[in-house]
Amino acid sequence: MAFVHLHDLIKLAETKNTSIANVMLEVECEQSGRSKDEIIQLMNRQFEVMEEAAHKGTREPIRSRTGLTGGDAYLVQEYLKTGRSFLHPAALQAMAYALSVNEVNAGMGRIVATPTAGSAGILPGVLISILETGKYPRESIVMSLLTAAALGLVIANSASISGAAGGCQAEIGSATAMAAGAVVEIAGGTPEQVGHAVGLALKNSLGLVCDPVGGLVEIPCIIRNGLHAVTALAAADMALAGVKSIIPPDEVIQAMYEIGNAMPESLRETGLGGLAATPRGKALREQVFGKPCESR
Amino acid sequence: MKYNSVFDIIGPIMVGPSSSHTAGAVRIGNLARQVLGEEPKQVSFRLMGSFAQTYEGHGTDVALLAGVLGMATDDPRIPEADKAALEAGLEYHFQPGHVGYFHPNTVAIDIRGNHRSTTVVASSLGGGKVEVQELDGLPIKFTGERTTLILYHTDTRGFLAKVSHLLDARGYNIARLSLERWTRGGSAVTVCEIDEPFDEALLQTLRAEVKQLMDVRVVHAE
Repeated sequence: MAFVHLHDLIKLAETKNTSIANVMLEVECEQSGRSKDEIIQLMNRQFEVMEEAAHKGTREPIRSRTGLTGGDAYLVQEYLKTGRSFLHPAALQAMAYALSVNEVNAGMGRIVATPTAGSAGILPGVLISILETGKYPRESIVMSLLTAAALGLVIANSASISGAAGGCQAEIGSATAMAAGAVVEIAGGTPEQVGHAVGLALKNSLGLVCDPVGGLVEIPCIIRNGLHAVTALAAADMALAGVKSIIPPDEVIQAMYEIGNAMPESLRETGLGGLAATPRGKALREQVFGKPCESR
Repeated sequence: MKYNSVFDIIGPIMVGPSSSHTAGAVRIGNLARQVLGEEPKQVSFRLMGSFAQTYEGHGTDVALLAGVLGMATDDPRIPEADKAALEAGLEYHFQPGHVGYFHPNTVAIDIRGNHRSTTVVASSLGGGKVEVQELDGLPIKFTGERTTLILYHTDTRGFLAKVSHLLDARGYNIARLSLERWTRGGSAVTVCEIDEPFDEALLQTLRAEVKQLMDVRVVHAE
């Protein structure tokens, strides 16, 4: 099984009457020569690192290495405690965790790229929040990382997961789609519903440009992780409700690829256009890089 | 397929802030170190595209240095790798430049030790995934995800037959292979990725039995 088309993956899971996570697990066994237990154990380790990063910024405010950002995860966590939020607390919790992971990342702390560092908050944010609702066992949450991986592989192989190549949609969009699909599988949705969750989530991220201020993975990356964690949950709910992506998910992925190719270089992780080119964006860049480039 | 493993997507465990500009850069630096095959003394980096525009903000500079110093993507010393380079007596230099028509995140590394030097052009493809594009000016691709043998040899008949026979006899499967030469009958390089766990005895065998072989380096899988 080569991970290129979502419809192949879905068909395979349906034929074998199993989950996408299990299909992924079998393929990984064949490819790597590792046993299923070994792979799950390694995944457990990844999940533990995700948990550390997700909790860190919600327990105390953390600042980025540049000092430009930080403390937002803590603010959301404190607000959550007031019980006044419009969103369901689990959704707001996913947001807080996603923010935290990316704040840790901006502080050159340790995270797991899912699929990239700039988008590393979304999947952990969503999954850890779901775990903490107590409704689903830890094992099924860890297995859903394999669902997310299978979906990410399809997107990476048929489009891109690089902001420099495909814009923010390729990173945040892919992460949102992966998380949405993973949640559908945790909830017992069918492989087809997983596919629609991917299509729905990705559609809502199309065109998102990579325009980080100063080229730093901070503004707007951190905020986008927080908000897209909520989008992932919403897309999962939509798919579980039976809503379908009328444009087939594979064609949505293809559209993302085409849109990425059409994006100007200034909006593909060069820190030259979009938010990076605003007066405040430029001022912040100068604030950080007042000095000439380092060499000796 | 560029991406095969679950850990290409869920991973690596890394120090931030960017999988392509930080973790990928660590891996590229590490590849260059292993291709050199001795303690590096001087290294210069030519950065293009998004690498050139944003390397300071993403810590690409310290990440590349960290890799050249042999650190892994989750090493907490990465942010201070420039200081570690100073302490290790490694001279370094960064400059933007056009390296060729590659992925936007590409760097050319000229690296030198006491006895050898080499030039590696490599791209960071996204999610921490990297690929060498050129080795000493020849178009040779490998990722470092599997054990990779870099065989420098003379361009003479029977070299590849001999090597593949020896690998087969010792139970190694060739996963990916490329051979390029500088001139006919002159120097050539073969890069060979293998599936099975690598054993030092293989190197001794190759050195002893393949007379065309001039030098060999091994890039170990992470």
